[in-house]
Amino acid sequence: MKQFIAFVNKEFRHILRDNRTLLIIFGIPVVQILLFGFAINMEVQDIRVAIYDPTPDALTTGITERIRQSAYFNYQGNMQSMVDVEVAMRKGKLDLAVVFPQNFRESLVHSGKTAIQLLSDSSDPNRGSISTTYATAVIARFQQEQADLIQIPFQIQTENRMIYNPLMKSSYMFVPGIMGLVMMIICTIMTSVSIVREKERGTMEVLLASPLRLGTMIFAKTIPYMVISFIDFIIILLLSYFVLGVPVNGSLLLLFLVAILYIMLSLSYGLTVSTMVEKQLNAVIFSAITAMIPVLMLSGMIFPIDNMPHLLQALSVIVPARWFIDVVRKVMIQGLGITMVWKEILMLIGMTLFLLGVTIAKTKKRLE
Amino acid sequence: MSEKVIAVSNLTKKFGNFTAVDHITFDVEEGEIFGFLGANGAGKTTAMQMLCGISMPTAGSGTVAGYDIIKENERIKRNIGYMSQKFSLYEDLKVWENIRLFGGIYGLSDKEIAKKTDALLERLNFREERNTMVKYLPLGWKQKLAFSVAIFHEPKIVFLDEPTGGVDPAMRRQFWEMIYEAADQGITVFVTTHYMDEAEYCNRVSIMVDGRIDALDTPAELRHRFNTDSMDEVFRQLARKAKRGDA
Amino acid sequence: MMKTLKFLIEKEFKQMFRNPLIPKMIVMYPIMVLLVFPWAVSFEIKNIRIDVVDHSKSTYSRRLTDKIEASGYFILNDTPPDYRTAMWNMEQGETDMILEIPPSFDVDMVKNRASGVGMAVNSVNGTQGLLGSNYITQIVNDFSSELRSELMHTLPPQSRVSLMRMAQIDIVPQYKYNPSLDYKNFMIPGFMVLLLTLICGILPALNIVMEKENGTIQQINVTPVSRILFILAKLIPFWVVGLVVMIISVSAAYLLYGLWPAGSLLAVLFCAIVFILSISGLGLIISNYSETMQQASFLVMFFILILILLGGMFTPVSSMPAWAQLIAAINPFSYLTNTFRMLYLNGSTLADVSGNLLALGAIAVVLNGWAVISYKKRG
Repeated sequence: MKQFIAFVNKEFRHILRDNRTLLIIFGIPVVQILLFGFAINMEVQDIRVAIYDPTPDALTTGITERIRQSAYFNYQGNMQSMVDVEVAMRKGKLDLAVVFPQNFRESLVHSGKTAIQLLSDSSDPNRGSISTTYATAVIARFQQEQADLIQIPFQIQTENRMIYNPLMKSSYMFVPGIMGLVMMIICTIMTSVSIVREKERGTMEVLLASPLRLGTMIFAKTIPYMVISFIDFIIILLLSYFVLGVPVNGSLLLLFLVAILYIMLSLSYGLTVSTMVEKQLNAVIFSAITAMIPVLMLSGMIFPIDNMPHLLQALSVIVPARWFIDVVRKVMIQGLGITMVWKEILMLIGMTLFLLGVTIAKTKKRLE
Repeated sequence: MSEKVIAVSNLTKKFGNFTAVDHITFDVEEGEIFGFLGANGAGKTTAMQMLCGISMPTAGSGTVAGYDIIKENERIKRNIGYMSQKFSLYEDLKVWENIRLFGGIYGLSDKEIAKKTDALLERLNFREERNTMVKYLPLGWKQKLAFSVAIFHEPKIVFLDEPTGGVDPAMRRQFWEMIYEAADQGITVFVTTHYMDEAEYCNRVSIMVDGRIDALDTPAELRHRFNTDSMDEVFRQLARKAKRGDA
Repeated sequence: MMKTLKFLIEKEFKQMFRNPLIPKMIVMYPIMVLLVFPWAVSFEIKNIRIDVVDHSKSTYSRRLTDKIEASGYFILNDTPPDYRTAMWNMEQGETDMILEIPPSFDVDMVKNRASGVGMAVNSVNGTQGLLGSNYITQIVNDFSSELRSELMHTLPPQSRVSLMRMAQIDIVPQYKYNPSLDYKNFMIPGFMVLLLTLICGILPALNIVMEKENGTIQQINVTPVSRILFILAKLIPFWVVGLVVMIISVSAAYLLYGLWPAGSLLAVLFCAIVFILSISGLGLIISNYSETMQQASFLVMFFILILILLGGMFTPVSSMPAWAQLIAAINPFSYLTNTFRMLYLNGSTLADVSGNLLALGAIAVVLNGWAVISYKKRG
């Protein structure tokens, strides 16, 4: 036992001596959470819209005025020709063009029907379709006002309630994702690089010859990193709560426990990586490649998992961050209890055990 | 009158409050084998780094190969060779690739490099190791290779930082034979070491204690002055006052 | 000088190819990423799970429910008897939305010609919540129009005439550059930038530190190799690597998705090269300021994350607050993503993207200048 403690102490001292790295490890989450918490916003805003109106009349100017006043749009003015519209869009300067036909009002009065064309830059289809939807709504509202009847019969009112996130802040959805991403990257790199370093230096053999059992030694090595990561988590949580205003509606204790579990998982992954590579450089490359893009894409932090093809949904099951983010969202934002998240917790535990098993098996092999 | 290839005056290097090299003054003549002795931590490596132009002196002045070490440090580099304490060759390059790289950096042509490489490998009995990765070479061979690479471009002076660390005496002697060969070709050798017996191989030695040069002369003179048979004893007497190092 | 460069570059390439992981990564990773991940992207909301709490259980309420189910946006999860059960479902994560229809729904419509329904939306994902509620509102409005035409004959004649005279304006949307509204097309250029950023950012960032850690940098520092030459010798191999990654990515995008630049391919490659220069420069700067591989790796991941997440790939730059948009203005990632999208989808020409190119060039010059200056041969 005494040897164990001495070992842990030695690891701690080693880490604490390196001020710069500590600064980076604590600084990174702070900056990332603040940056992304405030900057990331999924709403579509500032739509640059222009009008092409060959024969302006009372109606077209009315509609144009409504669009100008709308908060969603950034009115760019009247275009002189369709060619101008095309060119502006191709240069990326225009998002939406409202195109009136010739003699709009006349055709409407005489034949009771006419059409307005909405050209949207849909290279970002999300933006394209939402811009179109907003413009359609503005035009529809204008139409309604024009009708003689004060009230159109047979209306069904919809009363809306946004639950858990009434202000629909993007940070609610995003912050748990950033937590998961940042912690996994930091933990994985921390352990994998430090162990491979010893491999490169040749000090690994010395360690393996020590009287401590293999599993115990690995455990002792990761304890300081557990502590550092947990402090990181607390920092992130404090910032999210006090600065970003993300609520903590559920049990703080549960949140901590899950965080510790996820940290252990990420550190274990780092250990597994370290058994697969021989150079520090490769440890970093491998960690970055496998920790970053899969988490960004498949953990549900940005793109909803339910929308993905089944193959990818299956793949997301083995992305640890996916379960962590699930739990954080449920506990932090929805305020749910452990009965609602036991499945996720089980998954996290299972993955940790699996990775540790692989690590120990591979290390044993190396010894032979 | 032989030229002074190295001349320094009051050379000093401080790191914050710590004075690693304390106002040293000495010079080295062309063709000499100059031993820069001292315990670990005495300041030898730091002093050498200033002479090679990779460390900026805090105070003092000097010239190496006729160039000022403060203002013309890059020009010094064209005329010197260097072997660091870690004999750092590229571990993931083969023997011939390391030779080629440094030969090329110093301006030798492909043909010259090829010819000299063959000659070198022949001389060292290294021919079978031509395609071996440096990381697989045993320590003694790495040292010899590093030294050979350092003088491959036939520089005026070669700086060797603890070149014989960690090998048996037989190996060390072989290494010194290589140094003699180089000196015979006219290369000035500036070598640091903490092995006092190696002092006997040098024309002159200086002994650094706590950043200062406490003695500078031929080995014979020093032994005579300190009334003893061995350089170890000379050193021990000097080091008794030392605050740094493992005397 | 050029000769020295040749020898140095030779060494860099040899080392790179002798690394068991790097060559594989350069070739396989772009293919794997482009093969798998574009399928994950969508913001479209499909398969929203909805619980309908139907207190009315009338013909009209059932028609509304059927209409919702038939819309293609929603999956009817359950029809619980009360709101509380529905909320339980939402907490369990079984449903995303709840629609509550009052008991007097059909009576209201026929007699009073007006009614109301209640909606509760899980808005943890704010955008999804907003879109979901928009869709329901649309469907409800459509339904009320249907009822209007069916029940119009129950109106007094005056109102009937006015209603009929209500002219119809058709809205004809045209979704330019991406008529199928395929989000993949929008994201794939972004993935290419992502690949370049990772590969050409991480490798340089660790390169110089590695030489520092194993001591070979000292051996270089005592040689007459100038700083500019040293940095150039590091940059050129990464240029080549990046170009290879681009060629593989462009080919993969075509073979897997049929996506080929609507603009000029050469323009795509040229802009990529300028970008690689700046990202490698950033990597080298990090390497110069780091003493250990750990430090360098944390720093580079830190910067890469910022470049990516504030680079307009996942969330639009225009939605960000002003200060974040300033960051985007010096972020090479955002310029290249925008450029690639324009070249690939909008059919823009090199002239059209010249503004972006200029910015990328300026950033590259600054970063690489900094890399040269921050590399100290003398300590």
